[in-house]
Parts: sequence; structure tokens; C-alpha cells
Amino acid sequence: MTITYLITGGTTPDGVQTDIAIDSDGVIAELGQNLRAEESVVIDATNKIVLPGLVDLHTHLREPGNNDAETVESGTRAAAKGGFTAVHAMANSNPVADTAGVVEQVFSLGKQAGWTDVHPVGAVTVGLAGERLAELSAMHDSAANVTMFSDDGICVWDPVLMRRALEYVKSFDGFIAQHAQEPRLTEGAQMNESALSSELGLTGWPAVAEESIIARDVLLAQHVDSRVHICHVSTAGSVELIRWAKSQGINVTAEVTPHHLLLTEDYVKTYDPVYKVNPPLRKDSDVLALRRGLADGTIDTVGTDHAPHTEETKQCEWVVAAMGMTGLETALPVIQHTMVDTGLIGWHDVARVMSANPSRIYRHTDQGQLTDTGGLVQGAVANIAVYDPSHKFVVNPTEHDSKSANSPYKNMELSGQVTDVFYRGHQVVADARVTTPFQHSR
Amino acid sequence: MRHLLATRNLSYDNAMAILDTAQEMATVSARSIKKLPTLRGQTVVNLFFEDSTRTRTSFEAAAKRLSADVLNFAVKTSSVSKGESLKDTVQTLEAIGGDAIVMRHWASGAAQQLANFGWSSSAVINAGDGTHEHPTQALLDAFTLRHRLHGLQASGKDLNGLHVVIVGDILHSRVARSNVWLLHTLGAKVTLSGPPTLMPVGVTTWPVEINYDLDALLTQQPDAIMMLRVQAERMSGDFFPSAAEYTRGWGLTNDRYKTIEGAGTLIMHPGPMNRGLEISAAAADSAQNTALEQVANGVSVRMAVLYLLLAGQPGQ
Repeated sequence: MTITYLITGGTTPDGVQTDIAIDSDGVIAELGQNLRAEESVVIDATNKIVLPGLVDLHTHLREPGNNDAETVESGTRAAAKGGFTAVHAMANSNPVADTAGVVEQVFSLGKQAGWTDVHPVGAVTVGLAGERLAELSAMHDSAANVTMFSDDGICVWDPVLMRRALEYVKSFDGFIAQHAQEPRLTEGAQMNESALSSELGLTGWPAVAEESIIARDVLLAQHVDSRVHICHVSTAGSVELIRWAKSQGINVTAEVTPHHLLLTEDYVKTYDPVYKVNPPLRKDSDVLALRRGLADGTIDTVGTDHAPHTEETKQCEWVVAAMGMTGLETALPVIQHTMVDTGLIGWHDVARVMSANPSRIYRHTDQGQLTDTGGLVQGAVANIAVYDPSHKFVVNPTEHDSKSANSPYKNMELSGQVTDVFYRGHQVVADARVTTPFQHSR
Repeated sequence: MRHLLATRNLSYDNAMAILDTAQEMATVSARSIKKLPTLRGQTVVNLFFEDSTRTRTSFEAAAKRLSADVLNFAVKTSSVSKGESLKDTVQTLEAIGGDAIVMRHWASGAAQQLANFGWSSSAVINAGDGTHEHPTQALLDAFTLRHRLHGLQASGKDLNGLHVVIVGDILHSRVARSNVWLLHTLGAKVTLSGPPTLMPVGVTTWPVEINYDLDALLTQQPDAIMMLRVQAERMSGDFFPSAAEYTRGWGLTNDRYKTIEGAGTLIMHPGPMNRGLEISAAAADSAQNTALEQVANGVSVRMAVLYLLLAGQPGQ
């Protein structure tokens, strides 16, 4: 066994300054002070944070069907640049990922690309139509080994169908990721329903439309003893409901997006569709409640909901513009800005909510491994992101590796840069630029 | 003032300048030769994404009385049909050579996008955007109120101390929004009335009072009562049980009209009126009804807006 890379002087999430040796099998061979290795590439991580590779449970890669906006290759390249070593590709492609064939295609495109792990999320219902269950077991039994199912973008609204889905996936310890949006309460909805939506003349998306579905689904999960994951929680009331559900021992996990931790509905005053997203940007009080919920463990993970869109679907009237914003390449700086620099959490917690927890939710064994104190794990697959929190920059979406530029942080000054990323022991990002992909063996 | 997009952020001084200029323009409209050479050589584009013969004709008359050239451009698209984008349409029109774009659009915010996104260098006048704003309607309503109260001495006078009641579908009304902000800026007290289902969320944060009891409001003898048009698509039962029930609660019926007949309360309506629904025939035909004056004043107000935005700019 030869040591191929040596990361020196970095601080792991437990606050310990340590060297990290990566071997040719793509495994963390050794952790410790003053490691030496002949012939290896040395990465000086002094004054940097060394995190386990980030894991995103909520990514839209757009392929198949909308390759103009993103492909598996471009989306995972963007993910790698953002420090991610695993993404979960939502099912709302065209065709929808509702069969073994489509999930295997996405899975295989991910392997070909070689920038991160790609785990396709299977649709809960055929064609996301909310009428009958897709072949969940077939997707689980496929090469993609899907355990996470979601109609994301559309709520599994029918309570009976939701109940059946929660029951059905129990046979293989799967889970349903719910896009909580009561459809009748959100017909034509354009933004958070508030005094501002009334002033702007935009149809409102009330908090109750999210909260009522979450309330229903945690009770369903309790009733049938299954696992439910709430996607992109956006309101203070939702945080309260999830906190209550967890206190009852209900098997619920929850996710928040970086943009809901930072941006508020006030941006909609510009009528610039780059701020149009579903669920919509909410109020200051919601942002603060989400931050607290993430800090105290009520919310388990950060999911980017990276939603690339072409320019033509964004440079148009607000009401017809597509919903969604890119997020993979800005996620970590936004979490630093909203959670770390505010003193709400430390780097151990960042590693928890952006890597260990999503891995635990999906039951990954080769991502997100941390010791109890937040150290990296010797013998673990070398999925690692090196991060320089002091680097200041102004967000310029045209420099992003994503094919789309619909970043709401455009021109915003943030801190933090992912400088180096190791994916399965191969350096896919060096000096904040992507290098070469990992070659999966056939 | 470079554009007129909304009354929400229209300053008191700019609002008064428009009203006072409109007062002067009204004297032009009263002459036998209704024309000023002010905007000769300039081009006003009426860009209408939504049918509105009344508003378009009013802007056209206003531009022509100022000797501007007028291009009418109607775009038949709906929110579901995709075709040429707003950006492309506007840039095409600019290539043809417009100095001002008067735009009616089904999308809230379209006028603001046009003004702010670098798609156009024209002056933009919002002639109604979705359920957001219709600022020239509010300005002509204010002008009408002022004119009724002060006649030829109106110049320089605001609406301080007036009580105006706006009745009906506030939720979907850009006219209501523009009126609320402008009336407030000009010092009037505004009360909204109508079924609670047609009141916007958060309306309590607006500078208005809410009173669902129209009869009680009428006993206060407000200076004006503005009856909003009830759109046919609201009557499907989602917002109120039936047209008859709406009329019983919030229509200016004959019985209600009698309680203010001959009093100082003006009856206003942005038109076109649904007789028998939000307003009875007797109320519609009453001398207290200002609907036709509103139409006439609309031309003067739009002349004033065009003049203030375009005069002094080089013609092409």
C-alpha cells in the first residue's frame, strides 16, 4: 500500500490539528502528527478545516430531459467544487425517475462522470402524478439501490397514497422524502403569503400549506411506524411541528436549504425571478427559527435543493418564471455565514449536518464517517473536503461549474472556499479548481 | 421622475406635480383645438398584453393631444402560452423607436422589470400590471375627487382629511392597491369594505381601516365611495356564495344609495360597471356618480404623466 496524498496541518471538525494520509486504495490510511510519506502529493491545509466530504440529499441534476440547464456531469462537477462527495438526484427528470431503467441510467451517468457519488432518488408515484405507486422495490433492487423516494417538486398529497408509500418502503428500510405543500392552498402560488405578497399582487404560498402536510405526515409515520424525511423546511411553524414529533419519538428527519437560512421574502420586491423558489423565501422570523432548529438538532441536515434553470426560464415575468436556485457551489460559504460566523454552531456541527447526518439518514457506509468527537475515521473511504474559511469573495455565478447561473447570491460577499476535495481518494479539486474525475472500475 | 410604475413609492411632491399638471392639461382638453405641440417628434408605444380598449384609448388620446406619435402594439399571449419573451418584445419596439412605453400586462411586476432590468431605455408607464398596481387610475381618481371638491381652485390642494371608502374585491384589484397608497400619501383616510375572503392577507398593516359593514360606513357619510368591479371569475363560489349575496352585503343597491342620495358622498367606479351587481342603476346614473368624469380626467392625468416624463427629452 502506498500513500498517495498527504494533507498536512489542517484542523478536523473535532478541533484537532492533524495530518491525514490517503492511500492508493482510496482510504484514510493514517491520522496523526508529523506524518511522512515519500513520493506522495502534499497538500498544505494549515489554517484550513478538513471536513468529511459533504453529502447533499437534495440535488436536481436535470438529466435526462433538461441537459441545457444541467447534466449529471456538470452538476456533479459543481458539487465537487462545492465540497460534496455524494449527491442525491431528485426524480423530476424527463422521463421521471420512476423505473429501474431511469434510476440505473442516472446512477451510471454518475459513475461515468466520476466527480461524486450519485444516488438517484426514485419517484414515489408514477410520473410524479400522485395517483399510484411507482415500482419502488424494483428501483431498490436495481444497480442504483435506491432507498430514498420523493415526488419532490410535487407533494404526495393523497393521504392514503402517502400512508401506503411509508408502509411499502419498510421492507427494505427505505424512506419517503416529502415535499410538503398542500396543493389546494397553493394554487398559482408565487411567493410567501404575507403583507408583502398582498402589496406586490403575487399569489401567496401560506405557511399553513407546508405545516399542515408535515403535521399529517409525522402522524402517518408514527401510525405506520415508518420513516419520513421532510424536504426543505421553510417556516418557523414547521420547525415547531418537527420538534414536537421528535419529542414523541416519531421517526422523522428534516432538511433546510442554505437559501432559507439566509434570504427573506424582501428580495421578491425586485420581481427578479432569481429569487423565485419553492418553497418560497419566508420572513426574518422564519429564517431565525430555521437557524435555531438546525443548531439544536431539530433539523438534521442541509440540503441544497440545487435547482439549475436556463436563462430563458428566469429572464421573464415573475409569474411564469421557473422556481429554483443553484446552490451546490455556495452551500458551505452560506452555512459558514449564517451558522458558524453567527456563533450558532461549530465545525463539528457543520460536519454533522452536511455530511454525517445525511449519510446516516440514507444509511451510507462510505460517506460521512466521523468519530464521536468529530474526527475523521482511519480506514474510512477518503471522501474529504479542505476548506479555507478566511477566503473572502464576491459570488459570480458565471464562474460556477454548474451550467446554469441562477444563483441568488450573485454579487454578495461571502467567506470561505473549498480548496481541495478528495473523492474516493482521488483529488478532484485542487486549488479551488476541478482537476480530473475519479475512474470507477468497470 | 423617470418612470411611473406604482403609487406605493410615489412621493407626495411628484403626485402633486402630476395632479397640478393635469389641471393645466384639462384646460387644453376643453379647448376647440385640443392639441399642444409639446411632444412633437416623440413616440409613445402602447404595449398591451391584456385587452383594455378604455385604458389604451385614453393613453392614445393623451399622447396625441401632446402631438406625440403613437404606436399601438397588442400582444396576444397568456401566462400559459409561451412565445416571444417580454424582453424581446420590448427590445423590438425600441429598435422601431419609442421614447415611452405604456404597458398593460397580466403579470404583476412586469412594468418594474421593464424599467429596472436593463431591457429598455424608454420611460415606462405602468398601465396596470397583474394584481399589483394601476397608478394612472389612482391618479385620475384623486384628480376627480379634488376637482369635485375644489373646482378651478384645486391646484396645490391635496386630499387631507377626506374619507374614502373602497368596496369590493380588494384582493385582486390593482386599482384598490394604487388608490390605497396614493390616497394615503395625499392625506385621505381610507376604509376598505367587502367580503373578508376578498381582503388580502396582511391588509391590517396597510394604512387603512377595515369595516365589513357597508351600511355602517355609509352612515358616516364618507366623502367618496369607490365601488370596485366584481370580476365574473370570482363568482364561482370560492370567494362568496352567490352574486345575490354579494350584492346584499356590498353592492350599492337602491336602498343603500337612498341613504346617501343628495349627500356629499361621491360615487366612484373605475368602470366598466356591472349594473345590478356592485352598483344599482339609480346609483350608476346619479349625479353623485363620477364615472364619466373619471374617464375624461383620465386623459388629462395621462397627458400630465407623459409630459412630465418626456418633455425636455430630445425628440428623435
